Amino acid sequence: MYDGGKIIVGLIIGLGLLVSPFFYDLGQVAKPPDPQLTPKAKEAGACVAPTPYMRSFHMQLLDDWRNTVVRDGDRFYDTGKGTWHLKVADFFGYKTDSGPTVPEGKVHYKSLQVTCMDCHSNKSKFCDQCHNYMGIAPYCWDCHIAPKENQ
Amino acid sequence: MSMNRREFLKIAGVSTLVGIGGKTAFQLLAPGEVEAQVAAAPLTKAKRWAMVIDMPRMTEEIMDKAIEACHRIHNVPDLGKVKEAIFWIWKEDYEHAFPGQTHEYIKEEIKEKPFLLMCNHCANPPCVRVCPTKATWQREDGVVMMDQHRCIGCRFCMAGCPFGVRSFNWGDPRKAPKDLNPDFPPNPEYPTRSKGVVEKCTFCAERLARGQLPACVEAANAMEKDVMIFGDLADPNSAVREVLKKHYTIRRKPELGSEPNLFFIV
Repeated sequence: MYDGGKIIVGLIIGLGLLVSPFFYDLGQVAKPPDPQLTPKAKEAGACVAPTPYMRSFHMQLLDDWRNTVVRDGDRFYDTGKGTWHLKVADFFGYKTDSGPTVPEGKVHYKSLQVTCMDCHSNKSKFCDQCHNYMGIAPYCWDCHIAPKENQ
Repeated sequence: MSMNRREFLKIAGVSTLVGIGGKTAFQLLAPGEVEAQVAAAPLTKAKRWAMVIDMPRMTEEIMDKAIEACHRIHNVPDLGKVKEAIFWIWKEDYEHAFPGQTHEYIKEEIKEKPFLLMCNHCANPPCVRVCPTKATWQREDGVVMMDQHRCIGCRFCMAGCPFGVRSFNWGDPRKAPKDLNPDFPPNPEYPTRSKGVVEKCTFCAERLARGQLPACVEAANAMEKDVMIFGDLADPNSAVREVLKKHYTIRRKPELGSEPNLFFIV
């Protein structure tokens, strides 16, 4: 092998760079997300669907809302008629009545900006906690206005 | 385990029946999807929304108020540049608004006074025909609606619209000059748009859903009663039909056959 020494040194340096992130983070635990509820959200007690459903499927609910609002002009959401009953049972293998309950027949105005962010007015401590941890950057906020937060 | 032909057919038949029954039961128990299809009636109950503007009673002051009301409610920024300007409603002189219906010696008053223009919400909208993603489409109540989530910014609709009612976001509206838009976005209950989408008047679909009149109509009528009339053209007893019966009205470029739903009493 010509220039064997140089090649081997180069390979070792290259390999070192490749695995350096693993050594950099060695022994450290990434801070788990810790979404905080505002006093208003705590007081309300229930969201528009049970917490396990919201935790896993809020993006589907929001997608459903935006499609039905913009395309069908259907702007109100009845918690009793929501699609979540089936999905939670499907996903978690239990009926939703064993989890936190949501009052049936409550009607909400379908709006991320007006309804969701009214309770969850702490975007940086609620939404961003998990989104940043998972490396997700939803483009909702390109157009929808996030509430002003007092830091 | 062995199975004869007869047993096999029995089991197959029973399981098919159970399968069909199971699927039906599944659909019945999924309340959201079935009911959503049935109950998704639009909250606005008209068949063809239309607007009449009473030009002889309209003043520039009223027009300015209507424009301001619309642009504030919908977070439309003032970009300060004509080429990149975004507008949902604006003023235009007669010869540019009605190019086919003018001549040299037209009545002075009409020649000099600007007209208040916005999306015509055509009954036969050419922008809808050219949109490749159905980001713009005609609702059942006649409103030519925009779905900003779907717009890919191809601007076919802008080329298709013969009235120039559509604006393109060349940049992020949130980066609009601060000196021209001190409190942007002024309405925290309505979104802004993002860079690279087309926007236009939606006949205030969000206000119609709550049973309110469009913002421009409300602002104008607060200054001069019934200077702008809004209603259902398909309803023979509606306010717009009453007005159209009594007055001679013109529309923009009717010869194109797009059937505009914005009328002007001249």
